[in-house]
Amino acid sequence: MESDLTSFAALAPALPEVVLAIGALVLLLAGVLFSKDRYEGVAIAAVVLLVAVLGLVVFQPNVGQVFNGGFIEDAFSRYMKALVLGASALALVLSFNSARENGLNKFEFSILILLATLGMMMMVSANDLMSVYVGLELQSLSLYVIAAMRRDSAKATEAGLKYFVLGALSSGMLLYGASLIYGFTGHTQLDLIVGTIAEGERSVGLIFGMVFLLAGVAFKISAVPFHMWTPDVYEGAPTPVTAFFAAAPKVAAMALLIRLVTVSFGPITGDWQQIVIFLSIASMVLAAFAAIGQNNLKRLIAYSSIGHVGFALVGLSSGTETGVEGVAIYMAIYLTMTVGLFACILSLRTETGHVETITELAGLARTRPFAAGIMAVLMFSLVGLPPLAGFFAKWHVFLAAIEAQLFVLAVIGMLASAVSAFYYLRVVKTMYFDEPVIQFAPAPRELAIVMGASGFLIVTYFATVGHSLTNLAQAAAGSLF
Amino acid sequence: MNISDAILSIITFLPLAGAALLLFVPARDEAGANTVRWIALVVTSITFVLSLWLWAMFDPANPGFQFVENHEWIGSSIGYRMGVDGISVLFVVLTAFLMPAVVVSSWGVTERVREYMLVFLVLETLMLGVFATLDLAMFYVFFEGSLIPMFLIIGIWGGKRRIQASYKFFFYTFVGSVLMLLGIMYMYWQAGTLDIRALLAFSFAPEAQFWLWIAFFASFAVKMPMWPFHRWLPEAHVEAPTAGSVILAAILLKLGGYGFIRFSLAMFPDASLTFQPFVFTLSVAAIIITSVIALVQTDIKKLIAYSSVAHMGFVTMGIFAGNVMGVQGAVFQMLSHGIVSAALFLSVGVIYDRMHTREIAAYGGLVERMPRYAFVFMVFTMANVGLPGTSGFVGEFLTMIAVFQVNTWAAFFAAFGVILSAAYALWLYRRVIYGALTKDSLKGILDLDRREIAVMVPLVLLTILFGFYPAPILDATAASIDLLVTNFANATGAVAPVAVAAH
Repeated sequence: MESDLTSFAALAPALPEVVLAIGALVLLLAGVLFSKDRYEGVAIAAVVLLVAVLGLVVFQPNVGQVFNGGFIEDAFSRYMKALVLGASALALVLSFNSARENGLNKFEFSILILLATLGMMMMVSANDLMSVYVGLELQSLSLYVIAAMRRDSAKATEAGLKYFVLGALSSGMLLYGASLIYGFTGHTQLDLIVGTIAEGERSVGLIFGMVFLLAGVAFKISAVPFHMWTPDVYEGAPTPVTAFFAAAPKVAAMALLIRLVTVSFGPITGDWQQIVIFLSIASMVLAAFAAIGQNNLKRLIAYSSIGHVGFALVGLSSGTETGVEGVAIYMAIYLTMTVGLFACILSLRTETGHVETITELAGLARTRPFAAGIMAVLMFSLVGLPPLAGFFAKWHVFLAAIEAQLFVLAVIGMLASAVSAFYYLRVVKTMYFDEPVIQFAPAPRELAIVMGASGFLIVTYFATVGHSLTNLAQAAAGSLF
Repeated sequence: MNISDAILSIITFLPLAGAALLLFVPARDEAGANTVRWIALVVTSITFVLSLWLWAMFDPANPGFQFVENHEWIGSSIGYRMGVDGISVLFVVLTAFLMPAVVVSSWGVTERVREYMLVFLVLETLMLGVFATLDLAMFYVFFEGSLIPMFLIIGIWGGKRRIQASYKFFFYTFVGSVLMLLGIMYMYWQAGTLDIRALLAFSFAPEAQFWLWIAFFASFAVKMPMWPFHRWLPEAHVEAPTAGSVILAAILLKLGGYGFIRFSLAMFPDASLTFQPFVFTLSVAAIIITSVIALVQTDIKKLIAYSSVAHMGFVTMGIFAGNVMGVQGAVFQMLSHGIVSAALFLSVGVIYDRMHTREIAAYGGLVERMPRYAFVFMVFTMANVGLPGTSGFVGEFLTMIAVFQVNTWAAFFAAFGVILSAAYALWLYRRVIYGALTKDSLKGILDLDRREIAVMVPLVLLTILFGFYPAPILDATAASIDLLVTNFANATGAVAPVAVAAH
């Protein structure tokens, strides 16, 4: 067998990552060397690169392990990587139009997004606690910088600093947990850890390590009680950056969590299940109530994303293949909704900047019927109303929970979703039932396309993509069990 | 492929196609608005004609599902399945029949006409889907999906307190339904399918039935609405525009009753028997309490809304009597109420359009200026009272006989509802139509115009026709209900009730 240290061809399973890494470095050089109009060229090239890598992931399947088992490419990682790459590319596209006013018109922004995406892909494919950490840090460090990119804004700097301090803390916890697990099992490779756990009795030290590890990851998916940074960072960061934060990193961290618990801790499902159930309930309930009082759109979305992580975790709580399938579907639909929502928000601009509060949306249905229509559809979908995609997302995760007989969790989750309907409806109410106050500038074309596509997919989910997405998610979940 | 193989899909999704078409019609000026109105009218009319064709081709002797379409769709859980039996086919026709009337009655709406017609067409698809689908998940999709257009209808085109009303409507129904959703998932887990035909044949464990019954009850009792879950209804009715009230009373309330028959009674027979006294108590309470409440209302729409709750009490009572007459009476009562309550709300709409008030005290002596209106309103008032010779009588009578066989006391108390309904309805009629025309504002009021007559005449005819000749409805439903009741009796081990058809 060819070693991946000596043969380039043996690296095939990691080809997308290799291409992305090289591409990012080349673009960095290009950005430094060419002096004029560096931002736009680099940004467009970055989008092209992301789409090309997405094509590699989708159309060039090379399943297998490389780097001595530290990196694995399977149906699950391909599914999640496709989501991550799509979300990153779209986030970049969304940022085009408002880059200048948000202080993001530096070529480093695109490069950092590329590097963060590379880190996320590593997280998704990581099969060893070491590579988990490397991927996670590559992602996190890029994100910290992106958050604080707008240096002259006190809010953005504060957001970046907060994100960094709490993120560093969570990384520390994750490392501590990893070291305990290594100490008690003698392995760092995920699929070897599971063997040791299956053989021996479960030691307290191992459980301890697992708890720390999960706490670290819970920070990254911003599940309650590790969610405190989310509203502040979402609010403080420039809106295009928030659009990026809310989408791709969540998917990557969720993928990491799924792989950790299903692959390494399969034999002690009962133990991690409790933790995930707690995270799930806490996230759903807290988000449902905390978001009610928010008038700032970005804080609202932050709480909404916390709640949706809770709902996705309902599926994972079951610890079954159906559950993982449900989470995979949930994340795809969540991404579509989030990207569409941010496209709407970014398209609503006045002379003073993007729309910030819900009150400013008053009467949008009259002044900008298209944006209001899409946003209303997204809000109803976030509530989980059929026949929109958000309903089917909830359907899959709750079905898994029922099959695992987690009835209490399911009932609490459903009631939380009913409470959360309140704040989503408030947005619809403001747009449709109130009288207009503000005039917005017309939407740039690329944003209108993203909005339209997202709205279309959400509305016609059942008729168009639902069938194939479910099959893909099924294959993805199947590769973990 | 033969067109009749997909007739149900065509009927269900034709309005949606119409709605999609409206998206591309510019409606900035009056001409555009007229185009929108005509498109909506044509689409709903075609749907109605198709539904009549469906009824004509429907074989009443076959108790099973007809015009079945069956495709696996999302994963293993959700399928695209359509089909109607004797219980659902007439609801499809009723829905399709009322929509053109709603469109015509909304001809005067000038605000956001395109959006208005669009949400109504979407709503029609969702309502038709509820009755036509044979997949439980799809049933939920249609059932719950109807919240979105109705929320917008009340919230955008409603009255002064529309926002509160739309929120109340949304949350009452949403909280009830999410529990049903969990029940549906549980059923999938137990039975391995959500095909309604398979679920009808599947027998759930009695303990599971108990919880499933409660979960479904939570949803349907709110939708119906049963006392004391009716709090959202008067407000929603009062604030909704006329067309919204019509749809709400005539069809959306029936979704609950249809669900009770199709799911609660047919799939959880043991639990239905256990809860029978509970349902009887709530039904009788609804009939008496809401009738008394209706007596003291000062708002016409609110009065009719409360009377709807009372009439739905007869329906729930009849359904859970669990015998042929009860279920037939319930179905008949729902269809009749669909016509009569729609007509009553349209009648209120007629005078509201002229006077912009719904206060009873603002009217009086209308018969002098509006003789045709007085006649029409009298027919519907009588039907609401349940006068023999109107469609309202048949359903009430059947359900009362049925309940009498099962629980004499329930029937005894329910009979008070008939008396009370006469009191509030006739008193309303007296105050609005009779008396001296003393108010200056009413002196110039005009009688029904041609458009309004076109809407009212079919409703009047049907109300009287079904009062004297209920056979078309009873014939269509008989076979399916016989089968349902036989299954219910077998499952509960009760003595099979004497299958007395009323005709």
